[in-house]
Amino acid sequence: MIGRIAALLLAAAAPAGAQTFAIVGGTVALGNGSEPIPNGMVIVRDGRIVAAGDVRMKLPAGTQVIDATGKWVTPGIVAGFSRLGLADVDLSAEGADDTTANGPFSASIDASTSINPLDTTIAVNRADGVTRALVVPQAGKSIFGGQGAVIDTGADMEPITAARKFQFVELGEKGAAKAGGSRGSAQVFFRNALREASELRRFEGPIEATHASTGTRRPIVRNPNESRVYGPDARRSEDILLTRFDAAALVPVLQGRQYLLVHAERASDILQVIDLKREFPSLKIVLVGASEGWLVANRIAEAGIPVIASAVNDLPAAFEQIAATQSNVGRMRAAGVNVSIGMIDDNDTRNLFMERQYAGNLVGLQRIPGATGVSWGEALAMITSRPAEAIGMGGEIGSLEPGRRADLVIWSGDPLEGSSAADQVYIDGVEQPLETHQTRLLQRYRYLPRTDLPTAYRH
Amino acid sequence: MSNRGIFAATAAAFFIAGCATTKPPEAPAVHINEDPYPSTYVRYPGALTVIRHATVFTGDGQQINDGTVVFGDGVIKAVGGPELASPAGALEINGAGKFVTPGIIDVHSHLGDYPSPGVSANSDGNEATSPVRPEVWAEHSVWPQDPGFSRALVNGGITTLQILPGSANLFGGRSVVLKNVPGRTVQEMKFPGAPYGLKMACGENPKRVYGSNNQMPQTRMGNIALARQTWIKAVAYKNKWDKYYAKGGDMPERDLAMDTLKGVLEGKILIQNHCYRADEMANMIDMSKEFGYHITAFHHAVEAYKIADLLRDNDICAVMWADWYGFKMEAYDAIKENIPLVHNAGACAIVHSDDPNYIQRLNQEAAKALGDGIRAGIPNLSEAVAWEWLSRNPAKALGILDKTGTLTAGKGADVVMWNGDPFSDYSRPERVWIDGAEMYDANNPKKRPVSDFELGQPGEGDVK
Repeated sequence: MIGRIAALLLAAAAPAGAQTFAIVGGTVALGNGSEPIPNGMVIVRDGRIVAAGDVRMKLPAGTQVIDATGKWVTPGIVAGFSRLGLADVDLSAEGADDTTANGPFSASIDASTSINPLDTTIAVNRADGVTRALVVPQAGKSIFGGQGAVIDTGADMEPITAARKFQFVELGEKGAAKAGGSRGSAQVFFRNALREASELRRFEGPIEATHASTGTRRPIVRNPNESRVYGPDARRSEDILLTRFDAAALVPVLQGRQYLLVHAERASDILQVIDLKREFPSLKIVLVGASEGWLVANRIAEAGIPVIASAVNDLPAAFEQIAATQSNVGRMRAAGVNVSIGMIDDNDTRNLFMERQYAGNLVGLQRIPGATGVSWGEALAMITSRPAEAIGMGGEIGSLEPGRRADLVIWSGDPLEGSSAADQVYIDGVEQPLETHQTRLLQRYRYLPRTDLPTAYRH
Repeated sequence: MSNRGIFAATAAAFFIAGCATTKPPEAPAVHINEDPYPSTYVRYPGALTVIRHATVFTGDGQQINDGTVVFGDGVIKAVGGPELASPAGALEINGAGKFVTPGIIDVHSHLGDYPSPGVSANSDGNEATSPVRPEVWAEHSVWPQDPGFSRALVNGGITTLQILPGSANLFGGRSVVLKNVPGRTVQEMKFPGAPYGLKMACGENPKRVYGSNNQMPQTRMGNIALARQTWIKAVAYKNKWDKYYAKGGDMPERDLAMDTLKGVLEGKILIQNHCYRADEMANMIDMSKEFGYHITAFHHAVEAYKIADLLRDNDICAVMWADWYGFKMEAYDAIKENIPLVHNAGACAIVHSDDPNYIQRLNQEAAKALGDGIRAGIPNLSEAVAWEWLSRNPAKALGILDKTGTLTAGKGADVVMWNGDPFSDYSRPERVWIDGAEMYDANNPKKRPVSDFELGQPGEGDVK
C-alpha cells in the first residue's frame, strides 16, 4: 500500500504541462445555474477550462478526446462548509482530529496548517466528485474558530487553494454559550474583538506573506501571525481580552480583506448579523446555517449577504431552529438571496459527497405542494459555483466557464442522484486516482471463501 | 426459528432438574404479568381503496408493473396486475407514474427518547449510570410529541419504527416497536403483538463512557467479562423462576433487570446488538451460544461484510448505513458496498437511520447502496430486491413479519404511494397509509400531522 500511495503522489506531482484535452458526447452542466446541455463538449488547456457547453471547436491535431457518451459532465463539487482534511477520525482517536482548538488561541488559528491531504476522508470525497472544499475550523473556547482555507482534494501534497480566506465566528446559540451564556454577551465579545483589532491596525506592516507556495496559490490576506504583531511598536491598551495574535488576525476582517463567516440559525440572530453589517460596512459577511432564514429572507437579500445553508434541515432540533424547513433554501433563493449549500455540523469532516443528494432533494421539492424547491441547474450551482462566489472565488472555481480551473467530474448518470457515481475526476486538469481505503477493503472482502492464505495477504 | 427449539430444550432441562428434588406440594405459582404497559393502539378508519396502474415493489423482491393494490378493513386484500378487479364501492386511485411500496420500517431510531429540540431536558436515551441497565424500558422515555415522528412519516414513508435506548451501556434496556401514528401516549403508538427487544452494545461506547471514570468496563475484555457475569446471574434467575412456575411455593424476589434477561433466554425478547467490528460480532455470537440466546440483529454493523457468511450461518440480520464511515475507530473500515455484500452472502441486510434526519431518506440510502452494489458487480440486484432492506428484513428483525413488511394479503395495510421512483433523490411520499388509514396526503394540508410542540410556533403546519 505504501508503494501504491507513493506512486499516486509521484504521478500527481508531475506538472500537468501544456496539456489539451476535450470531453465529448456527455450531458454537460456548467454549474452556473443553467440547465444541462445534452451532447455538450468541454475543452481543457493547461489545467483551465477553454470552453464548455454547446460549443463546437476544431481541436488541434493530436488532442486527447474523452468520450462521455451516456454520462454527465459537471464542475467538481465545492463543499460549501466543511471540516474536510481536519479529522481522519472524529472520536477518541488521539492525533487524528484537528477540528477544534481549546488552547489559548482562537481567531489566529490558521486551518491551512492542519490540513492533511492524505486523510482517508479526502480520498473518499475525491472519489465521489468533491474537488474543492471550504474548510472551517471549529470554535473552541472562543466565539472565533479561526481562519478557514479553501482546499482541493487532489492526490498530492499541495492541498491549499487559498489559505486564510475567511474567519469563522459563532454568533448564535453556540456563540452565546462560548461567550458566557447569552447572545448579548457574544455580541459584546465580538464588538470588543473588533475594537482590539482596530487598535492593532496601525501596526500593519508591509511584510509579504511567507507562504511557501506557487504563485497561483498566493493568499489575498497576508499572514497575520507575523513580526508586526510582536514588533517593538506594537503596544496595546491594558483593557484587552484577546491574545495579540488573535487581535491581529481580525485586522483583515475589519478591513474587509478577509471574509467573515458568521454562524447563526435563528431569525432574530440573523437580523443581528445584518445590523453588524450596517454598523461595520467594511465587513464581508457570509451567513452560515440560517435555518430560519426564510422568515427574514427579504432582509437578507436587501443586505446583500450570501448564505451557506444546510440544505434539508427540517427539524426544530434546537431552539434556534424552531422554524426549520426544507423549503428554507428555496424560499431564500426566491427572495433573491445568493444561497449555497454546506454541511453545517452535519458529518462535516467526511460526508461532503452527500451535498449532491441534498441538492437533488431540493429539486424534488418543486413537486411538493406548498414547498419551495429549486431548479436542477440552480441546485447544481448551489454545490459548485455559489459557495465559491460567496467568498469571492467564483472566477477561479465552481463552474465550467472559460478560464476557471479545470475541476471536472464525469458521472455515470445524473449527479444529483445518489445512485450515480463519479467515473473520472479531474482537478486543475489532472486526472485523479479514485482508489480509497474503502475500495481496497472491497477488493479484499468481495469474496469470502477461505483461500490458501489469510485475508491479510490479499492486496 | 430453529433457535426457539434450543431455548425450549434448555428450559426443559432446567425443568427436569427442578423435578429431581422431592418436597411436599406447594401453593401453585402466580404468573407475573409480562405486559404491564400494554398497547392501546387502535387503527384509524380507512376506506376500501384500490390503487391501479402503479409500479409496485411488494417488499419481498417482486416488482409488478401496472400493478394493482387493494386494501380495506386495515389489511391488504389483494396485490396483482391490471387484471385484478376492483371491489365494489372501492375508492380508486390512479397510480400511473407512481410507485407503491410497503411502508418503510426503521429498526433503529431514537425518536421520542432523543427528541427535537435536543435539549438536556429532553435527553432520555441513555441511562448511563451503570453499564448494566436491562431494567429500563425505552417506552418510558418516549415523548410522543417529538416532531421527528411526523417528518419520518411524511418525508420518509416510515410506518413502523423501533425506538432503542442508547449505546452507553452493555445492556441498554428494552426497546419498543411503534406504529408511526401520532398518539397522546406511547401506549397509543405501541405496535400490538410486537415483541420487545433488548439493546446491547459492544465496542467503544460502553468502555469510553465508564472507562473514562475508571469504572468497569474500561476495555473490550471488560465489556465481555461484565456481560458474561450478567448472563450468569440471568441464567440463575431464570432457573429460580422456572422452578417456581413448575412447583409453586414461595415466589422468588423479582428483579426488573433480570426479568428482561430472562425474557431473552426464553426467546421472548429479541437481542438488538449495537456492534461495529467483525471480530467483536464474532465474540458476541460466541457469548450468545455460551448462554443459550439468539442475537436477532447487529446494529451499525459496518464490518458485517467481513463476516457475512458467519451472519448468514447464525441467522443474524445486519443493520447498516449506506455510507457513514470513520466517525470513530470502529467505523474506520466502513465500505459503501456493505449492504449489498451482506445481501449477496444470503444474510439479512437492513438499512437503518439512528438519526432523525436520515430516517426521512432511508429510501435514498438504499438507492446509494444498490448503485454501489451493482457497480461492484454483485449479481441479481434490483430496486425490487433492495426494497427487502427497507421493509421485509426490518419486519423480520422486529418479529413482526407476519403482520407487516410486505404487500401480502392479510397483512396490515402499511402502504406508501411515492410520487416517483423511490430510489430517486427527486421522489417523496405522496400518500401514506397505516393499517389502511390515510395518515398523509401531500395534496391535503389537513392530512399532515402537527405535534403539540409545534402548535403556535413559526412554521406550524408548514410542509417541512
